[in-house]
Amino acid sequence: MSGVLVIFFLLAGLAVLGAVSLILQSHPIHSALSLILVMVSLAGLYLLMGAEFIAAVQIIVYGGAVMVLFIFVIMLLNAGVEERTNFSKMATFGGVPLALALGGIIAAGIARSSSQLAAPVAAQGELTSTRDLSKLLFSEFVYPFELTSFLILVAILGAIVLAQREN
Amino acid sequence: MPILENLWIIPLLPLLGSAINGLFGAKWSKTIVNSVALGSTGISFLCAVEAVREFLGYYETSHKAWVKPFFDWIVAGGFRAGFDLQLDHLTVVMLLVVTGVGFLIHIYSTGYMAHEEGYYRFFSYLNLFMFFMLILVLAANYVLLFVGWEGVGLCSYLLIGFYYLRKSASDAGNKAFIVNRIGDFGFMLGMFLLFRTFHSLDFATVFAAAARPEVAVEPMGHFGVLTIACLLLFVGATGKSAQLPLYVWLPDAMEGPTPVSALIHAATMVTAGVYMVARSHVLFTHAPTAMYVVAIVGCATAFFAATIGLVQSDIKKVLAYSTVSQLGYMFLACGVGAFGAGIFHLMTHAFFKALLFLSAGSVIHAMGGEQDMWNMGGLGKKIRTTFLCMLFGTIAIAGFPPFAAFFSKDSILFSAYNYPENGKAFYAVGLFAAILTSFYMFRLIWLTFAGEKRYDEHKVHVHESPLNMTGPLMVLAFLSLTGGWFAAPALWGGKDYFAEFLSPVFGAGEAGGGEAAQSLEHILSAVAVLAATAGLLVAWRMYSKTVKRGTSEGVHKLLYNKYYVDELYAAVVVRPLMWLSTNVLWKVVDSGMIDGAVNGVADGAAAVGDTLRHTQSGNTRSYAVWVVVGAMVLLGIIFWPILHPALFGGVR
Amino acid sequence: MVPTSYYLVLSAILFGLGVVAFVFKRNIITLFMAIELMLNAVNLAFVAFSQALGKPDGEVFVLFVIVVAAAEAAVGLGIIILTARNRRSLNVEHVDLLKL
Repeated sequence: MSGVLVIFFLLAGLAVLGAVSLILQSHPIHSALSLILVMVSLAGLYLLMGAEFIAAVQIIVYGGAVMVLFIFVIMLLNAGVEERTNFSKMATFGGVPLALALGGIIAAGIARSSSQLAAPVAAQGELTSTRDLSKLLFSEFVYPFELTSFLILVAILGAIVLAQREN
Repeated sequence: MPILENLWIIPLLPLLGSAINGLFGAKWSKTIVNSVALGSTGISFLCAVEAVREFLGYYETSHKAWVKPFFDWIVAGGFRAGFDLQLDHLTVVMLLVVTGVGFLIHIYSTGYMAHEEGYYRFFSYLNLFMFFMLILVLAANYVLLFVGWEGVGLCSYLLIGFYYLRKSASDAGNKAFIVNRIGDFGFMLGMFLLFRTFHSLDFATVFAAAARPEVAVEPMGHFGVLTIACLLLFVGATGKSAQLPLYVWLPDAMEGPTPVSALIHAATMVTAGVYMVARSHVLFTHAPTAMYVVAIVGCATAFFAATIGLVQSDIKKVLAYSTVSQLGYMFLACGVGAFGAGIFHLMTHAFFKALLFLSAGSVIHAMGGEQDMWNMGGLGKKIRTTFLCMLFGTIAIAGFPPFAAFFSKDSILFSAYNYPENGKAFYAVGLFAAILTSFYMFRLIWLTFAGEKRYDEHKVHVHESPLNMTGPLMVLAFLSLTGGWFAAPALWGGKDYFAEFLSPVFGAGEAGGGEAAQSLEHILSAVAVLAATAGLLVAWRMYSKTVKRGTSEGVHKLLYNKYYVDELYAAVVVRPLMWLSTNVLWKVVDSGMIDGAVNGVADGAAAVGDTLRHTQSGNTRSYAVWVVVGAMVLLGIIFWPILHPALFGGVR
Repeated sequence: MVPTSYYLVLSAILFGLGVVAFVFKRNIITLFMAIELMLNAVNLAFVAFSQALGKPDGEVFVLFVIVVAAAEAAVGLGIIILTARNRRSLNVEHVDLLKL
């Protein structure tokens, strides 16, 4: 059992714990904090895989911006403990079996094709440099890049419009 | 040859007359309606005469029938049925009879229908009838003939039910059309069989193909293709020409106005069956079994109808049964192979039967609408012209020389006598029917015109009919006298001009046959005249003096009630069909299955909608579940190549 | 030396848990967080493949996913605020105006 594997299982366990906690908590703020836990562990996993830039972005953007936004909103809306209503028969009876089935299909898919994935790649442990990433980003993916900036602009405008009071 | 090139003008003129009168006649005066109706028919008659003249000239040089295709009506695969009109010697006879007698009856109708409601409608229908009848006789293929066939049936229905406010009249119209339809079904089956055999329905093609030497004559008793086709065509003829067992509509058809009875149910429409059989003689001569059947049916009908006519009290009903009986003679002639004689009788019958019906109409008109002979009597002195004309007709139908029917009926009986299979039996029955014919016709004359009057003079104002009615009567009386003279010379060894005229169509069949045949014919003619005289004398004995209506019992009752055939048909055919239609076809098939299916589709759609509606719950969570389901399906499809070895065994 | 399939399994588990959360939670904000969880699971898979194949393309895609998720979160939360003010409830089952 190499060290890397141990760290992997640690971080993976944290992530799963956070996800389970998200489901089981009744107060949304607790769910938010669980989600932050998941994101941080994922950032750790990214680091483990050598994607340092992505790990950083994950923490800064997801953890530092998106989740903060979530918490602001929870506080703003004074969200309380979740009510226990149950209007959807479909969700009650279909939910668990469906989730299991979904998981099963994906698991089976992965398992069956694990032979193709088994060989760990030669570049294990090699970090993906930011330089390579940006080289790719601004050459092959420049068009999607521009589009995403446009998307952000639209989102800002949308948020402003939504937040306006009705005058 | 202007008219021959444009034969269509002969049927088209009455059609135009019908359309104009039908659309505009309601607002016009009688004079205008008359001129349109009479004008179109009259000009059509003149065109027919001219066409005949041109044709005879054409035939001199070419020795062929004149066939002119005008346009393609049905073209389907290799089959072509066109609007083709033809003119040959047989058509000439029919054409002149239809247009000539038709025109005379149109003139008569202007007088008879003068006080009737719907005057314009009558002439519109009558002209329409002329159109269809002319299409029928001019047609050069079975399909167009059938168009005319159906069309005259339609007009018959319209005209029988002319007094549509009377239930008996509209019922009679229905009966005529429906019974005709049964016959038409047979006709259509026959046409289908002919098409299947010859791949065409043009007369020229079919008859040429059937006349080839290699087509064998089917032996008696053997039901080959031609025999069955001919029998089916004959079924159609029994319907249209009122033979056993489909004659039942003709007596009821007397509900229509008398000119209708004269034109349609005596002179022209009912003869369509005979014409059709005569036209198809090439096929029939190859199917002796069919011809034998035709002869039997014709002979039986002649006798059967004559027996019913013996005791009827309505003047028109007597004439109706007489028509059925005479048509039987025509079919007997065709059945024994004497097609020319059959057509000859058709022509003479058109003359004297139209005359009889129109005279009866004149009597009815004089009596203010009375049709029961037991309420007449002694009219001979009061309406002389009508009486004389009717007498002419009666002498003609009884078969006394030198009137027309003597020659034609004689010709038929002679040919029947010489027929190899049971010819003598046919002759005997036909002769007996002739006795009966003479009897009941003279009975009619004496009951109506002789003896003491049996009506109330104060209620009924007997008056002679106007000239536009008596004029045609006199013309027809003249034709009834002279119409048979074409064939007269044959009696003393000369030529039968009529048979010779038709020989291009039928072949030189009845060729005299030498001395023995001649004297046989003389003997048989004499016997026929004796038979007619016997009938006359018996009738004179019984009816010429003062008579009273007796009670009806026993045989008399049976005959008076027409052998209860209508009741039999009602019980055996009509009622079960009505039951079947109501309970099975209507309630089960139509309401249950068809409506059920259509409504079921609608209900099904509604039910499906109702069920699916529940998916639109507005609840995000259930939507989420559906999204997951969809995602799973997609994943399953994508992963299927990887997954399925796992499901079935697991060996990769 | 972590085999790629382990990362994929983890990704699948996280995704499944995200689905479960989405189906079973009633608070709108929590639903949104479940969506974020699912997106993160997918990011993990992308990075794992990127590493397995040795090409940085997967990571570029992760960048885009993160950007889109951020934009979506911003706008989505704005909508949630409006909805919550309107219906005076954060329970998603009370937002059922689309019911037939």
